[in-house]
Amino acid sequence: MYVLIGVALVVIGFALRVNPLLVVTISGIITALIGGITPIDILNIFGTGFAGSRSVTTFVLVLPVIGLIERYGLQAQAGNLIQKLQKLTTGRILALYLVIRQVLAAVGLTSIAGPAQTVRPLVYPMAEAAEKRRIGKEPSEKAKEKIKGYTSSADTVGLFFGEDVFVAVGSILLITSFVDTTYGLSLEPIQLAIWAIPVGIAALLIHGSRLLMLDRKLDKLAGLDPNLRSRKGAQA
Amino acid sequence: MINSEWMYWLIGAFFLVVAVMIATNQDHPKRAGSSAFWGLLGLCFFYSTWVQAKAAPAWILGCAVLVLVILAGFKFMGAGPESTTSPQERAASAARLRNKLFIPALAVPVVTVIVALGAPLIKINNKPLLAEGTATLTGLGLGAIVALIVAFVILRPVKPAVPFRESTRLLEAIGWAALLPQMLSTLGTLFTQAGVGKAVGDIFGSIVPQDVLIWGVVAYCVGTALFTMIMGNAFAAFPIMTAAVGWPILVQNFDGNAPAIFAMGMLAGFCGTLCTPMAANFNIVPAALLEMKNKYGPIVAQAPTAGMLLIVTIACMYFFAFPH
Repeated sequence: MYVLIGVALVVIGFALRVNPLLVVTISGIITALIGGITPIDILNIFGTGFAGSRSVTTFVLVLPVIGLIERYGLQAQAGNLIQKLQKLTTGRILALYLVIRQVLAAVGLTSIAGPAQTVRPLVYPMAEAAEKRRIGKEPSEKAKEKIKGYTSSADTVGLFFGEDVFVAVGSILLITSFVDTTYGLSLEPIQLAIWAIPVGIAALLIHGSRLLMLDRKLDKLAGLDPNLRSRKGAQA
Repeated sequence: MINSEWMYWLIGAFFLVVAVMIATNQDHPKRAGSSAFWGLLGLCFFYSTWVQAKAAPAWILGCAVLVLVILAGFKFMGAGPESTTSPQERAASAARLRNKLFIPALAVPVVTVIVALGAPLIKINNKPLLAEGTATLTGLGLGAIVALIVAFVILRPVKPAVPFRESTRLLEAIGWAALLPQMLSTLGTLFTQAGVGKAVGDIFGSIVPQDVLIWGVVAYCVGTALFTMIMGNAFAAFPIMTAAVGWPILVQNFDGNAPAIFAMGMLAGFCGTLCTPMAANFNIVPAALLEMKNKYGPIVAQAPTAGMLLIVTIACMYFFAFPH
């Protein structure tokens, strides 16, 4: 039971906003020591853990091309494009992206999009440009933070609740291999994937409506700005 | 058969280039620490190949990883001065190149998909060209390379150093968060080997009432979500909660529909993933990539959705997975 001290350390560390790398490393070492793992084995686990998880860092390969086209005005052009599409507000762009992301993930195309591939270079600049066009000026720092958070959320929610509908995805295969070997069942991936559909639809509806409501939240943020209020007043 | 190692070497080489870029930048405030961090990280990507093949001792890599944590955790590294184009220059360049700018960005996903779908079909001497399970990863790596070549053609003339200077800027904005997902996966291993999973499973198994269906369902779903938040990964939480509650109580005791219970149990775990900084590659790295002030911004945006979805999942499981 004492190994749960390590879990508590993680929670406390994150709550106090200590550098997460330190939190994770220290609580990992303490948990392992309590659990009776020898220091040399702990070092071995840090080594094999790093070597075995390198695939999560693959996204950095996209950075050179993204940085290059950003330098040549990618974000500015994304803004120009949005200028012409008057009906696309920030919320609608993100809701549309959620649908696309979820459908693509559901047919197995998960790494076609992602924070480095699509969110930073394409979706966020469009979402920000739409807000800029709507309020007629640069959005506040606070509004930009909100748009960034929601853009990232659209990508993640779409991925999570789309991929489980696809039969060959890791999570489905993990379930079948685990329960088949542990409990002697023989489940077909399709039997599981079908049950992911109702929750997937709920995810689309819930998060989609929250994204559409983002426009109203941004209104509020912009409304607090005295410059904008006087501009609106002048129009009235 | 081609595996993913060449791509990890490419990533390692990329980190080494970044380290050299920083080391030669006289104006960098934390030149030594930053270039040491990225350089050592790059070397680790090469050395890992032999660790993975069990041809070199893993503890050396473990020591190197701890040095990386010290460099990053005690602020020996930091971002350098930004040197990129001004907003005016960017607007002028966008006016000149217009939608051609999107071509390299779109080349990444297009190549990824072509490789992911096409490569498994290619066989040489009846052996698949790519090792199993590496097609999408390889696709992403190839996509990045092809896109860079396309960008050079479209934007010419570009000095070869420019994309690396620009990606150094992006990578330094991400900073230590680039290493976090890999560290968290190691933490998961340490937790599991130290018996954290068993302890949590025992606690849930002992407090869940065996005879009221709704509480069993709630315990399974909420437990998987909470445990996922701790471990940062639904894959780690699912087997433990399934062994503690899902299988003995929901399937055996209440005669539930096993595939429905397991599929939705995993989705309950995903609700937890949406709310935890431990799932760094989904929640923290995007915040770093978007240069957010509040690194928990994506979690704030996701938490209400996760809460509502967890309730939906519980309801779906309760009403559809059991003979009522």
